[in-house]
Amino acid sequence: MLIYALVAGVLFGLYFSLVGIGLNLVFGVMRIVNLAHGDFLMLGAFVAFGVVTLAGIDPLFAVPLAFVIFLMVGVLLYWVLVPRLQGSANPEMLSIILFFGLSQVIEAVTTIFFGTSERSIQSRALGTVFSTIKVKLFGGKPDAGGPVQIFGQGFPASWVIAAATSLIAIALVYVYLYRTRLGTLTRAVMSRRDEAFATGIDVDRVSAAAFGIGLGLAAVAGIFAPFMFGSVTPAFGADATVTSFAIVVLGSLGNPLGTALGGVVYGVCYMLVQTYLSSWADLLPYVLLIFILLLRPSGLLGRRVRVA
Amino acid sequence: MPSALKHMLFIVAPLLAVFAVLPGVYQNHLLLFNFVIFLILAQGVNIIYGFTGYLPFGYVGFFGAGAYGFAILVMHYQAPAVVAVLVAGLVGVALGLLLTPLLRLSGAYFAIANLAASLAVLHFVANPALENITRGPYGVSLTGTFNPTLAYTAALVVLALTLGAVVFLKNSRFGLALQAVREDAVSASMAGVNVVRMRVIAWLVSALVAGLAGGVYAWYVSVFYPDNVFSGEFSIFAIVFALFGGVASICGPIVGVILLYGIYNLIGFTTPQYFQLIYGLLIMGLVLFLPAGLVSLATRRGWHVP
Repeated sequence: MLIYALVAGVLFGLYFSLVGIGLNLVFGVMRIVNLAHGDFLMLGAFVAFGVVTLAGIDPLFAVPLAFVIFLMVGVLLYWVLVPRLQGSANPEMLSIILFFGLSQVIEAVTTIFFGTSERSIQSRALGTVFSTIKVKLFGGKPDAGGPVQIFGQGFPASWVIAAATSLIAIALVYVYLYRTRLGTLTRAVMSRRDEAFATGIDVDRVSAAAFGIGLGLAAVAGIFAPFMFGSVTPAFGADATVTSFAIVVLGSLGNPLGTALGGVVYGVCYMLVQTYLSSWADLLPYVLLIFILLLRPSGLLGRRVRVA
Repeated sequence: MPSALKHMLFIVAPLLAVFAVLPGVYQNHLLLFNFVIFLILAQGVNIIYGFTGYLPFGYVGFFGAGAYGFAILVMHYQAPAVVAVLVAGLVGVALGLLLTPLLRLSGAYFAIANLAASLAVLHFVANPALENITRGPYGVSLTGTFNPTLAYTAALVVLALTLGAVVFLKNSRFGLALQAVREDAVSASMAGVNVVRMRVIAWLVSALVAGLAGGVYAWYVSVFYPDNVFSGEFSIFAIVFALFGGVASICGPIVGVILLYGIYNLIGFTTPQYFQLIYGLLIMGLVLFLPAGLVSLATRRGWHVP
């Protein structure tokens, strides 16, 4: 029971890190609260539905597709919304309201086109590409695709695949931030926006890239949402946003490794509470968020930057 | 004539008179009641956001806590409704006190923490484990105190108190000091303003207002569920109405509520999605093109708006 809760917590936690990391990037770079983050997750889930129902292939193929689509959407949205917002008196506060409006628009449009019914994908659909490769290239036998054994406990294969994809995505974000030129510029903007501007960095270009990548990562996380949460409706976005915030704040801002740690801590706590105190599990993200904000506002791995 | 008296005579008194007379003329009393509730909430947001710059994204937490304070007093102690409304206000203040540490956070952190706090209160109240006290997710029914006419009058009284508070803030050294803190806390404290005390007082006043509004609301509707009184729409609507009119003014939130909530009820789409779409676009347009509210259209031309 305990081992099950711990391992499931780590698997979920890795996935939760992927959920939060896009938000972390956007807030860290632009000081903008993307309250529509959860809605981009939801849209990612709909890309997965589209891939499965239209093409009938493994939803893993939706990962690059969703990332590229939402990268472009993000860059476009950035140029429409953000420069105007940054010109106003209090961009940080107004961004909350602006992106709340955006989340309403997304939710409404999705409902108009797809209805309010809950949608889910058969969990067997995820990962079929692996068994196909095994059969075609190595001449193995097609297996049932049953649960994966870890420490003698069975876990759904979709959880393991989601966790593995999340790990890869986080590693790629790390490489982007620390091993590429644009990533270095992004970190410069994160630490001091005005000084970065003064040294001649094209702040808008860097921010637009970060915004696009943030939305792309949210959409990628969304692809796995139907498997991790069972089903997805257009109204799924709002809860996902608060959870993402809990994770991002739990880790620390502007540090992808922090978000990974925050996600794992959150996932393990979540699974433990759900196992032993299930009726209070809903309270966890909110109480955890408030406590972390009050006790250690800079997050588990952060510097002290945030107290008023 | 001192300007506080002028504001009372020419803005507050006519508004209250109109809402006192309207039930005799107009049949949809629930709509009028909702107008009054949103006027109270928008002014409550005005007190905390307009004068201190803290955006209370979970403002509905106080409202819902007030409603449940009212319900618990009526259900378990058979208290008269008026007493229960007062207690509802105190519950709001108590929750406000509990959440004062949040004021240490700044900017978006405060807004997010406040949102999380309101959701935490919702999940706490709606927890099936507390069914004996709050009836959990199954909702409460208070038929014993049901009296819409009196409840409407009580709502008008709360509105009068709220408007009085805003008029005071607009015309007093205290309000001026608060706005100084909002603009630059360090300079304000150098000028001898007790920053922490100022903020806490404004925060508690706005919590009190929302708690009272929640109590009156519970009295009026008498049957409700946690999801009704903790609905995020209350926070969002109150914030958007206040912003649309223009915060840190007396007229702004009033104009915002009457225009936007009026439009909201006039359009009355049969499918809520189209409504949500238009509303979302309206909010985005507001932030992008009129971030300081309708009032700024006048102040930009140099006209003074109270």
